[in-house]
Amino acid sequence: MTTLLLNGAAAHIDAAPQTRLSAALRDACGLTGTKVGCDAGDCGACTVLLDGAQVCSCLVPLAQAEGRAVTTVEGLAATPQGAALQAAFHAAGAAQCGICTPGMLMAASDLLAHTPHPTEAEVQAALGGVLCRCTGYRAIIAAVLAAGTGARPSAAAVLAAGANALPLGAVGDALPRLDGLPKLDGTERFGADDAPADALWLRPIRSPHAHARFSIGDASHLPVRLLTAADVPGRNGFGIYPDIKDQAVFAEGLARYRGDCVAALVGERAAVESVRWEDLPITWQELPPLTAATAPDAAPLHPRWPDNILTTGRLRSGETAPPAAHTAQGHWTTGFVEHAYIEPEAGWAERHGETIHVHGCTQAPYMDRDEVAGVLGIPLDNVRIMPSACGGGFGGKLDVSFQPMVAVAAWLTGRPVRAVWSRGESLASSTKRHPASIHASAGCDAEGRLTSFEFEADYDTGAYASWGPTVAGRVPVHCMGPYRLPFVRSQARAVLTNNPPSGAFRGFGVPQAAIAQEMLWDQLADQAGLDRLEFRVLNALREGDVTNTSQKLEHSVGLVACLEALRPHWHALRAARRTTGRTRGGVGVACMWYGIGNTGMSNPSTMRLTLAPDGRLTFHNGAVDIGQGSTTVLAQIAAEALGLPVSALHLVLYDTGLTADAGKTSASRQTFVSGRAAQGAGEALRGEILRRANAGPDARLTLSDGRLRVNGEALRLDSTLEGLGSWDPPTVPLDADGQGIPYATYGFAAQLAALEVDMDLGTIHLQKIVAAHDVGRAINPMLVRGQVEGGIAQGIGLALMEEYLPGRTENLHDYLIPTIGDVPEIKTILVEAREPLGPFGAKGIGEPALVPTAPAILSAIRDATGATLRRVPALPHRVLEAIREHR
Amino acid sequence: MDAYLRPRSLDEALALLAATPGCQLLAGGTDVLPARAGAEVWLHADRRPLLDLSGITALAGIAETPDGWRIGALATWAQLCATPLPPAFDGLKQAARQVGGAQVQNRGTLLGNLCNASPAADGAPPLLALDARVELTGPAGARVLPLGEFLLGNRRTALAAGEIATALLLPRPPEGARGGFLKLGARSHLVISIAMVGGVLVLEEGVVRHARLAVGACAATAQRVPLAEAALLGAAPDPARLLPDHLAALTPIDDVRASAAYRRHASLVLLQRLVESLA
Ligand SMILES: Cc1cc2nc3c(=O)[nH]c(=O)nc-3n(C[C@H](O)[C@H](O)[C@H](O)COP(=O)(O)OP(=O)(O)OC[C@H]3O[C@@H](n4cnc5c(N)ncnc54)[C@H](O)[C@@H]3O)c2cc1C
Ligand code: FES
Ligand code: FES
Repeated sequence: MTTLLLNGAAAHIDAAPQTRLSAALRDACGLTGTKVGCDAGDCGACTVLLDGAQVCSCLVPLAQAEGRAVTTVEGLAATPQGAALQAAFHAAGAAQCGICTPGMLMAASDLLAHTPHPTEAEVQAALGGVLCRCTGYRAIIAAVLAAGTGARPSAAAVLAAGANALPLGAVGDALPRLDGLPKLDGTERFGADDAPADALWLRPIRSPHAHARFSIGDASHLPVRLLTAADVPGRNGFGIYPDIKDQAVFAEGLARYRGDCVAALVGERAAVESVRWEDLPITWQELPPLTAATAPDAAPLHPRWPDNILTTGRLRSGETAPPAAHTAQGHWTTGFVEHAYIEPEAGWAERHGETIHVHGCTQAPYMDRDEVAGVLGIPLDNVRIMPSACGGGFGGKLDVSFQPMVAVAAWLTGRPVRAVWSRGESLASSTKRHPASIHASAGCDAEGRLTSFEFEADYDTGAYASWGPTVAGRVPVHCMGPYRLPFVRSQARAVLTNNPPSGAFRGFGVPQAAIAQEMLWDQLADQAGLDRLEFRVLNALREGDVTNTSQKLEHSVGLVACLEALRPHWHALRAARRTTGRTRGGVGVACMWYGIGNTGMSNPSTMRLTLAPDGRLTFHNGAVDIGQGSTTVLAQIAAEALGLPVSALHLVLYDTGLTADAGKTSASRQTFVSGRAAQGAGEALRGEILRRANAGPDARLTLSDGRLRVNGEALRLDSTLEGLGSWDPPTVPLDADGQGIPYATYGFAAQLAALEVDMDLGTIHLQKIVAAHDVGRAINPMLVRGQVEGGIAQGIGLALMEEYLPGRTENLHDYLIPTIGDVPEIKTILVEAREPLGPFGAKGIGEPALVPTAPAILSAIRDATGATLRRVPALPHRVLEAIREHR
Repeated sequence: MDAYLRPRSLDEALALLAATPGCQLLAGGTDVLPARAGAEVWLHADRRPLLDLSGITALAGIAETPDGWRIGALATWAQLCATPLPPAFDGLKQAARQVGGAQVQNRGTLLGNLCNASPAADGAPPLLALDARVELTGPAGARVLPLGEFLLGNRRTALAAGEIATALLLPRPPEGARGGFLKLGARSHLVISIAMVGGVLVLEEGVVRHARLAVGACAATAQRVPLAEAALLGAAPDPARLLPDHLAALTPIDDVRASAAYRRHASLVLLQRLVESLA
């Protein structure tokens, strides 16, 4: 028994003395506001105050807290700075998914207790031990500074009053997140936070080998049940595509990557945790692993793909290239990149008769439902997916992870079964960004007009299909970028290897391609004697242009406006840079376009609004908010279309048993596609109301005290009115030459990066990013900025530090993501070239934010040093090597 | 056998240590617990009993002694930073502020850093430059080893079975000594060093009279670089006096963070800059 002062009250904790304090708080005290992202001190999500000083509670044995004061996020509001910090975080949009927020708040409260008015550098030093993957940190810094200055009036009042006291939330308002408050006081429930106390634990057994045959012997000596392929009642396979279910829940005799699941232990927690590797009745026979280089000539990894080529995407546009005065070419390679959401995969399942309920973090509840039904061999209607809050996804939680396993275990045992991946398991088993090996060449005429672009890339798609076909499909149509090109030949192959499955990661392969494309433009601009930014203006797509897929862009092409918005910053930053000495300044520019929604495929969404006779107005929204803000944005759209304030809406959020299919949270589609559906739902309900009230289209609605008034007249209802909105963006599938209308609309952007390179060490110091994004219409400018800043931070990681190496960077101290000190000042400029198809003119922003950052950084390194980086991440030794080669 | 022991005195700890073969010592836990989490991922849980030193108040604190300073085994990086010390210790303090984040600095101990014996332990170069010695206490009493003799290799120290490292002993630095530290990593916070250097110089009228320079993450343990020190002694503190040959004894490796060649180059650049900053 350990006694400590927990949030101001004595607590007696009955747990083993070596128990991690984080685990004791969560499991023994039920204080799940303290999050666990790594159990290794690397993420800081578990930060609490121990006698007032911030510590990682995952590194404190419970016994060391004996007799000491522990403050967790649940006790924060009672501290002097706590409520001010919470309110400032809320107002600044400093919590997106919210999984890092408790740690951030605790670290900040330690700082403010000693340094009430900190500088930005002090904030960075104090919060440097907490990682955030969503926000890009800038809003967090702003929030801590604001809480420190007391600039937020009546901080506690904002919290106390809740969302209802906030602005009306019209389209265009920077409304704080409607689902924001639970993220600040520790009450939000993520995948690991709310399983029933009597749940059994499930622990996957994974292959430590990249490629191995294995056999499983008698497991009766184990203290728990060992589930294997033979236990899967339905189809032992899952996968993104309806016709490709190539990844087994439990592999059958052949493990295809390090991390491949071959079996699972299921039982009481302590018994599961007592099992050692040596106890497992598994024998392994290692096989040589296939790499992207060897796979095309090796024996097939899956019989279905004899040459280990999962798929090839192509585009042919133009018959012959006009003559070029200048040409450039190059080869670029990128590595595996990990999503590194701070919340590892977690959830639980429970059987109810012939029905199964699955809870946990996900980006795609309807796809999860299909997979669970498949592996259990039961009808879709017998599966209900009830997503928890999702602590970041970025594409990595589109694939199922724990869902099929806990469903099988709960189905067979009749007990609730939960699973929580450790960070190491999450890293080893989850999908990654595809490593790409790209050969590209391009030409332009004497005036700098692009004449041709050729692109050939192999994308290492890993051991299973996952989203490989999507990446191979998206890359060829995006790889030339948002430019006028009379001649394009592009091809992207997805190569199967014994690496982790490459899947969906913010941008679906496009960020890798953008590196090659933009580096070629820099070379051509120099040869043509043009300013690099003006080169892009000259060649940019404009309204009325026809893309290389033969799609005429009638509306909403804001790229030139983005570049023009950057121009003054470009000149100012270039003029200010240091061009001699030990550290040299450089400024880079890069553009991108990004098709919103699925590529040439249906991806509908349905939203529903109801108004009950008692005046209860309910918005049924099935779009999962993984931190990006769809819960807030869709409510703003629905409310605006209906003509009532957001505060009038009761929200029923994503649960396949309660909400209609809004499609997955991916492809930057929720604002555009679900937004249109939400607008439709709002308009439909408004139509119903106006019809009953016999009122004209401009009638004013109000809703108070359960009474709806139309132009001031109360409207009585005897049944529930419903407004249903469904929308599917119009597209035309691509033919074999990549011709068609792949997307209904595109986001456009251009970014500048200013940095300094240490010429002797090859280290990079980022100074500023200026980002201009055409989002059609910013439904909620604060949330859009949050997406831009978060995307830029991930782009910085891709450019400068992130590289996943199976077996070598399986934790967050060897796999580096940007910390609070690695993201410079960001200036975001929102350009609004309205998209008539989108809700109130809006398009998407989730992925576009990341795409131009890495190329802009590489462009700036080249500007500073003259050296062209051929491989990312641009680690210091690679930068120095490139500088030396250039000299 | 209990899986966890938390003695209140050094004698009790030594007795428990003798009676509990194969147990693992624990101070701040910032190396021990992450390593355990890593092992659990592949079901190789480390089940050694833990002998937690944190309850032994005699091992806490940083004290000035007649010959210098005694840094107890439980002294953390944060406590070091909060202790007024002469300018020779500035490098050690700079290292302290760059070990992990504030959470790690609040918990991690200097001695834990050394006993863990990572080649990239940030404490080692500045402590070598301060001529630190390690006090080891066993059943037969205490012995003292120079830090360079304590660190034997990657994850290897001269700590004998049954011994506990009880303190770091730091001699009073020569008059006018100033210390510095430079760390190179691929991100700004929470980063394991690609290479780092620590140094202490004494200048008299523009001439180097005392020089201690050490390099970390470029060999199995941090190393003093005597040739580089000799090149400075008796001359102006000119970074250009430091040459690649002076670092020939280093044996850096290729790993996920950098190449061996880069480390060799970067350590020289860092040393030159360190000298420049102390000049
Ligand atoms: C997120 C994170 C970031 C980090 N960043 C850095 C960094 O930038 N630079 C760096 O150098 N280190 C870093 N570390 C490593 C670690 O914090 C330091 O090495 C720390 O100083 C270790 O001290 P501790 O008290 O926590 O050691 P513990 O984990 O308690 O022990 C470490 C080792 O020393 C042994 N030991 C401890 N005390 C004694 C003793 N008195 N006698 C004998 N043996 C003993 C233990 O048995 C164990 O083998 C980081 C760790 C984390 C979690
Ligand atoms: S869970 Fe403690 S630092 Fe990540
Ligand atoms: S908001 Fe920080 S990790 Fe999601």
